[in-house]
Amino acid sequence: MGRYIVQRVLAAFPVLLIVTLISFCIMQLVPGDPAVVMAGPQATAKEIEQVRVQLGLDKPFLTQLGTWLYGLSHGDLGRSILLGRGVSQAIAERLPITLTLAFLSFMLTVAIGIPAGIIAALRQNTWIDQTVMTVALIGVSLPNFWLGLMLIIFFSVVLDLLPAGGYVAFSQGFWPWFKSLLLPSLSLGLLQMGLLARITRSTMLEVLRQDYIRTARAKGLPMFKVVAKHAFKNALIPVVTIIGIIFSLLLTGSVVIETVYSLPGLGRLLATSIFSRDYPVIQGGLLLTAAMFVGINLLVDVLYAFLDPRVRYD
Amino acid sequence: MRHRLFVSGLALFALMVVMAIFADFLATHSPVQVRARFRFRPPSLDNFFGTDNFGRDIYTRVVYGARLSISIGFAVVLLTAIAGTTIGLISGYFRRLDNLVMRVMDALMAFPTIILALALAAALGPSAFNIVVALSAVYTPRVARVVRASVLVVREADYVHAAHAVGASNLRIMLEHILPNSMAPLVVQLTFVFAYAVIAEAVLSFLGVGPPPPTPSWGSIIAEGKDYIREAAWITLFPGIAIAMTVLGLNLLGDGLRDVLDPRMNVESR
Repeated sequence: MGRYIVQRVLAAFPVLLIVTLISFCIMQLVPGDPAVVMAGPQATAKEIEQVRVQLGLDKPFLTQLGTWLYGLSHGDLGRSILLGRGVSQAIAERLPITLTLAFLSFMLTVAIGIPAGIIAALRQNTWIDQTVMTVALIGVSLPNFWLGLMLIIFFSVVLDLLPAGGYVAFSQGFWPWFKSLLLPSLSLGLLQMGLLARITRSTMLEVLRQDYIRTARAKGLPMFKVVAKHAFKNALIPVVTIIGIIFSLLLTGSVVIETVYSLPGLGRLLATSIFSRDYPVIQGGLLLTAAMFVGINLLVDVLYAFLDPRVRYD
Repeated sequence: MRHRLFVSGLALFALMVVMAIFADFLATHSPVQVRARFRFRPPSLDNFFGTDNFGRDIYTRVVYGARLSISIGFAVVLLTAIAGTTIGLISGYFRRLDNLVMRVMDALMAFPTIILALALAAALGPSAFNIVVALSAVYTPRVARVVRASVLVVREADYVHAAHAVGASNLRIMLEHILPNSMAPLVVQLTFVFAYAVIAEAVLSFLGVGPPPPTPSWGSIIAEGKDYIREAAWITLFPGIAIAMTVLGLNLLGDGLRDVLDPRMNVESR
């Protein structure tokens, strides 16, 4: 077990290294002079020069990379051009909102997706199964930003029940806070709900065909107990493997959802930075989100080995 | 049941392709001409889906939006197919390169797709072509991984060893023996890549890095309608339905193809 974990950690390192390089190099893709692009269309030659010096663009590529990596090793991702402050600081302020949103979405996803998948599997080929699977399929097909707008039309404009956007801090009370995040997390979660329901159903169907389920049924255990005690745990294993993917989808979705609902989170920060070509923030954001994905997948790998002892012999 | 779903997927997708190809005949108005007098008309026999804040016919813009989405989808599928197959074949066949190539693919896949595509598209500049480039870069690793996985299986097959034994060149073995036998999962994956590309294009256009206005794109129509959802929800409603229908069609198609071509593949390969 210990060896397996060490192996996984060692395997993650090269990926992280390449992730770091890619994040840094995105800036080199800009056709022409990034300093000119970043300083904006009205900038004078002096302002452009200022941006160039501030970003260290006057130095050779390897020096730039070296400086960035040195800063990175100290938790310093450089300074945002637009916000005029540290990138790590700007990200640290906005990350909690995105993580809260992702967490709420994830809870919704698990609370609805997994039971839906199990019920569909237990009632395979009935109208229940077909309804659940149709809804799940529609869920994975709807663009989440559009769904977000539709939910605003229905719940805010027509019914006037929930706010159409904006973030209310937790310190201002649980309900206002929860209400400000409910629609965003619903629109962010539907895709993952559908995905999870589909996967849960297919793994559940596979598990239900196993001999030990037949044995459990044969010895007279009621179906509910069979599912709860034997099938559920085993059906959950493949589900764990997609947690990383779900997390990545949540982050990717947060960019649009936070824009639609005007939430001041990391996704929105990245979107605005990308438009204003605030490259230090883009680099930092890319690196952070990818590194989180690598970290989560590492955790999932380890968790998986705990849940399914067979993988350790790989 | 399965069969019926597959056929309806095919029908939905075909409908969108027909719309894309025959947009000029199906359109009832000009997709870009501003007609201030006709602003915010609700859906009627004259403007099936209503008009927007510039008096442009939404139905016409949605029809032309299909042309953009479907062409971008096809272009991304083509590019990722070529790049992904090449990388997957090389990585699976020449085991020495495998480790390095796959770590680079893993690293590319670690970035949340939209964030990476957004950064790439913004860096390259807003245009349909750059969106294709950005999305292809994002989805190529997924295709490469699928191809590599099946290459790893096929390369151990007896007929490949036999081909080696009679002195066939590496290139010949890859193209004539391994590639055709890795086709099934590739085709399934490409169907899903098409679906992601359609959604991703809409997202990028919605966020403003798509082809510049007034080019009709489903995402940018929704972005324009977003400010008027209280008075004119139809601007936002119809392009979204078009996206959902296209993606639903492709998902049904992909599910169906997977059932037929490769029953072992899982939903989780996305």
